[in-house]
Amino acid sequence: MTWLAWRQFRTQALVAAAALALLAIVLVPTGLHLRHLYDSGVAACTNGTARGDCSATVSSFLGQYHQLQGWLGFLMAVVPAIVGVFWGAPLVARELETGTFRLAWTQSVTRTRWLATRLALVGVASMAVCGLFSLGVTWWFSRMDQLGADQFSTFDQRDVVAVGYAALAFALGVTAGALIRRTLPAMAVTLVAFVTARLTFASWVRPKLVAATHLSQALDPKSMAFFSSNGSAMHLQPEAPNLPNAWISTTRIVDGAGQALPDQVVARACPTLGVGLPPPTPPGGARGRIRGVVPGNVQSTLEHCVTKLSAHYHEVVTYQPAGRYWTFQWLETAIFLGVALVLAGFSLWWVRRRLS
Amino acid sequence: MTAVLEADGLTKRYGRHQALSDCTLSIPSGHVVGLVGPNGAGKTTLLHLAVGLLAPTDGTISVLGRPPAADADQLGRVGFVAQDTPTYARLRVADHLRLGAQMNPTWDDGLARNRIEDLDLDPHQRAGSLSGGQRAQLALTLAIAKRPELLVLDEPVASLDPLARREFLGDLMEVVADREVSVVLSSHLVGDLERVCDYLVVLTGARVQVADEVEHLLATHHRLVGPRRDEDRLPANQEIIEASHTDRQTSLLIRTEDPILDPAWVVEPVSLEDVVLAYMGRAEGRSRRRRREARP
Repeated sequence: MTWLAWRQFRTQALVAAAALALLAIVLVPTGLHLRHLYDSGVAACTNGTARGDCSATVSSFLGQYHQLQGWLGFLMAVVPAIVGVFWGAPLVARELETGTFRLAWTQSVTRTRWLATRLALVGVASMAVCGLFSLGVTWWFSRMDQLGADQFSTFDQRDVVAVGYAALAFALGVTAGALIRRTLPAMAVTLVAFVTARLTFASWVRPKLVAATHLSQALDPKSMAFFSSNGSAMHLQPEAPNLPNAWISTTRIVDGAGQALPDQVVARACPTLGVGLPPPTPPGGARGRIRGVVPGNVQSTLEHCVTKLSAHYHEVVTYQPAGRYWTFQWLETAIFLGVALVLAGFSLWWVRRRLS
Repeated sequence: MTAVLEADGLTKRYGRHQALSDCTLSIPSGHVVGLVGPNGAGKTTLLHLAVGLLAPTDGTISVLGRPPAADADQLGRVGFVAQDTPTYARLRVADHLRLGAQMNPTWDDGLARNRIEDLDLDPHQRAGSLSGGQRAQLALTLAIAKRPELLVLDEPVASLDPLARREFLGDLMEVVADREVSVVLSSHLVGDLERVCDYLVVLTGARVQVADEVEHLLATHHRLVGPRRDEDRLPANQEIIEASHTDRQTSLLIRTEDPILDPAWVVEPVSLEDVVLAYMGRAEGRSRRRRREARP
């Protein structure tokens, strides 16, 4: 049975190997170049031995191979889906569609073994291809990620989660194919189901996997922004604190009881906040961030206001510490793998019991 | 000796459609069994049940004494050539032989290679580019080389031209003669089966109409021609399969184990095709009557 499973997968495996080789041809020289750039210039900025304009050096480094960066991010998102659609969906559906199941299932190999062998071979290959792909991309981006210190922003494009995504996409494809029995509709359903699973997980499940950490600190007048919309009362918004590589979900101003600071309180405490700012240019309100462009008197009014408010109010940051990155990586991978295993078990049962 | 195929109350439904209903059948081993019936009669359903591609909705079926496709061993005892002889279009002929060898412990590689050579099939040709006849031969080779005790063929010659049809059936007969293998093959044409089968099952409207050895069928069925008379006035041991009347004459196709004594009849022998068509006609008439009665 192993031989037939391999023979049927051979062409696809060669295509995947060629794609990985092509990727290596692109990634290795450019990645080495990035490392050279980092070591010869940027590294000095990070360890403080640099002379000259570091911010220009850093932003020029982060902008290297800009187009390739975009492509790699895009590929990391679509490769698991491609695996699910082109390897998973046809696995059973094509046999049912072309009638070859009547040949395969009447040899001296039970259906369960027939499917289990193919699931194992192509499933492991799917995970290996996406894992290697992710390995290359992670290596390529490693210096930039180090510099950017925002590992959670590229969470689903790096490290091991791609293996889980590949497993789920593949299992979804096989299951859809066995249920629908037609290759093209199964491919479409696989794509929709996989994208839905990924989006749902990223926005609803991932943030709740581990209870967030809270950080309380006094209000800092130097890192405060204010804005109003449609001429309503001014709203104070602290800038995100400098927690490298952490995943910050909210930064809020609250009182001792945990109640958020109402805009009316701001208006009462600081009636002159924002006076002296140029009128907002776009209709319907604008954001006035406290940067160099803000007139000095406006800034001092703000700082005075924040100092006044900090008697009763403080800042609470809700976030996932940087050290939890790998916890999230492994948890997400394990959950996707687990669901994939359940789907694989279901399709085995379905092919054995229901397709008859 | 165990029956090659034993069915008891075998029923298969797809939703509300009855593909096979209440089929009870026992086919002894050592025969070449023809399964004949019009398109849509349930032949494929019955054969798929026999090789374990389908599971019955109701009733039981056992093949060579065991449930179909119960395990790898049972799968190995039954060779199957499916309708339209499916093969992997992108795999070469040699790949198919390798497939057979890898997936069947009882595989006879020498037999398979000799057959491919005798049939003038190019081992490097892709199965998708074979002609219908060649593909059927390849599928038959796969089914034979696993050395089954029972060979099941579903409309193996339906898509072949008359010459390829004759070659295929002739070849099949050689195989049967060489090896001790029981065969069940289906067709909607009696002519195909008449030459090769010694046992016949007529399946119409999802039901088995008759199942018997060909010799016995021919010996017990007769056409009686005589002056017009009522069908009811026949001896109890004579079952009417088909009746037709003109103003002055009555022609009956009857089944009886006993000699026909009534001197008023001219007794004519019947062909296998006559018998099959008579059973098919009777089933058709019954279902027409049923439909009429069902109408309010």
